[in-house]
Amino acid sequence: MAKITKANSVGEWLDQRLNTTKFNKVMMTEYWIPKDINFLWAMGVLLATTFTILIISGIFLLMYYKPDVNLAFDSVNYTIMQEVAYGWLFRHMHGVAASVVFLIIYIHMFTGIYYGSYKQGREMIWISGMLLFVTFSAEGFSGYMLPWGQMSYWAAMVITNLFGGVPFIGDALVVWIRGDFNVADATLTRFFMLHVFLLPIVIMLLIGFHFYTLRIPHVNNQTSEDIDYDAEAEKYLSGNKKESKVIPFWPIFISKDLAVLGIFLIFYFYLVFFHYNFAMDPVNFDPANNMSTPAHIYPEWYFLWSYEVLRGFFFDVGPLKAFDIGLAAFGFANVIFLLLPWLDRDTKILPAHKRPAFFVWFWILMADLIVLTIWGKLPPTGANAWVGFFAATLFILLFIFLPVVTKIDAKKRGE
Amino acid sequence: MSNETNRRDFLGYTFAAVAAVGGASALVGMKQAWDPLPSVLAGGFTTVELSGIKAGEPIVVTWRGKPIFILKKTEDMEDNKRDLVVGNDRFTVAIGLCTHLGCIPAWKKTKWKCACHGGEFNPSAENIFGPPPRPLDLPPFSIKGTQIVLGEEGPEYKKIATAMMA
Repeated sequence: MAKITKANSVGEWLDQRLNTTKFNKVMMTEYWIPKDINFLWAMGVLLATTFTILIISGIFLLMYYKPDVNLAFDSVNYTIMQEVAYGWLFRHMHGVAASVVFLIIYIHMFTGIYYGSYKQGREMIWISGMLLFVTFSAEGFSGYMLPWGQMSYWAAMVITNLFGGVPFIGDALVVWIRGDFNVADATLTRFFMLHVFLLPIVIMLLIGFHFYTLRIPHVNNQTSEDIDYDAEAEKYLSGNKKESKVIPFWPIFISKDLAVLGIFLIFYFYLVFFHYNFAMDPVNFDPANNMSTPAHIYPEWYFLWSYEVLRGFFFDVGPLKAFDIGLAAFGFANVIFLLLPWLDRDTKILPAHKRPAFFVWFWILMADLIVLTIWGKLPPTGANAWVGFFAATLFILLFIFLPVVTKIDAKKRGE
Repeated sequence: MSNETNRRDFLGYTFAAVAAVGGASALVGMKQAWDPLPSVLAGGFTTVELSGIKAGEPIVVTWRGKPIFILKKTEDMEDNKRDLVVGNDRFTVAIGLCTHLGCIPAWKKTKWKCACHGGEFNPSAENIFGPPPRPLDLPPFSIKGTQIVLGEEGPEYKKIATAMMA
């Protein structure tokens, strides 16, 4: 056993038993961050905070929510919104945070792509991040169906129907996932379980893993400079703080994160109090009805780009059915980002503005994703269908040409 | 057993075998826990009287929570291999969920139109426009006199299902 002596303070008592001094050093005061990073690197702390808000507001909603097809709609729209003190606030905080969390995830993701933070040595950071994105998507979707309104119901109908595209077992798989021939009570209760228990646990484990993946290759910086962390940390600890290229996470770096967080929270609560409607589709204030479909259904804004890739292919090509092409393209869109570290053939880690071809590629991808997002919400008729088709095709082509594009940059630099 | 295999290896292999059997049984149990409940399976029958239906005006009934279209065809609607003939009347029977992504198409005078993604189906439930990959699905049914019982496979169903496969 460790040497335990009489402690003179609570801190010392804990230190002898839990090694808290060492723990604080590793996690905070000697966790080194490069000086050369901008506000875009604060998204991690923003996400951690938003996820905490989601959990806490979710706990308060959970205490009055009833996962039953006959009770769910009223438990949300009457009990929580009208009767529970501040129930409306918890719902709006939860709904807005669920939407905003995806905005921050996208900024976080594209910061990583712009600065090449997924490359050589940082692949696990990228992969664990993409796994988090997929789990967050499942979490968002399973939560979306809980209020049991019309949009919830038909979102569940369409998403579960997608599994019907799996070869051979598709139809049986859809019945199995739903637990009924239709989206029904069994579907609601199992998605309730996923949303409030299994997926949040998986997300928490993945967040822990995502943090851990960062500790060994360390965080990237604005110039993608390869920093010798041991040497720089030594400089800092010996008092040479000005020369050192690194600073400790706590209490130095966190102050910048907190400043960005302050601005973000003002924006977030502005949305919660004055613009919560953007996260509340009017169609979802009609109770779910399995015998009538709303005229136009679409997912939340953060899924629109992949939804548009899914429906962008609206005509059959030879023996291939439009439905299957769309489904394959949708699958492609959802796994291709995961493979980014291997599609990028540039031998160096550099920010996009120092890689001319990749720079162009990056901004075309941005523009294409915005087009897909806008057209994802429009009805897919006439010219809209063709815009969707070309944008979806461009999306796929961009990733097919990425290895070539990144090779060109390396060649131009003479490598 | 060779001389190099010692007692710990034996315990290890034995444990692996027990764990594999237990793990596999657990997966079977978990898979079945997500299957539809017996009450859901038992509730899957709906009986509809066909004689009162007006030609050219499809009715919508609920079977297993899904809408079922039953259309009595008028004289000028063309014959189709999936027509259900009862007495002198021809009917189209179909699950009223678009085969694209499951929205419910609405009857517009001479065809079903889906508002979600623009799919269209003719009075014989065949896909004639838009993204749906196949005609509306045929629900299992049997005929008792002038009544149709949805949920069991009668000879009339089998005949139409085989005709549709061909």
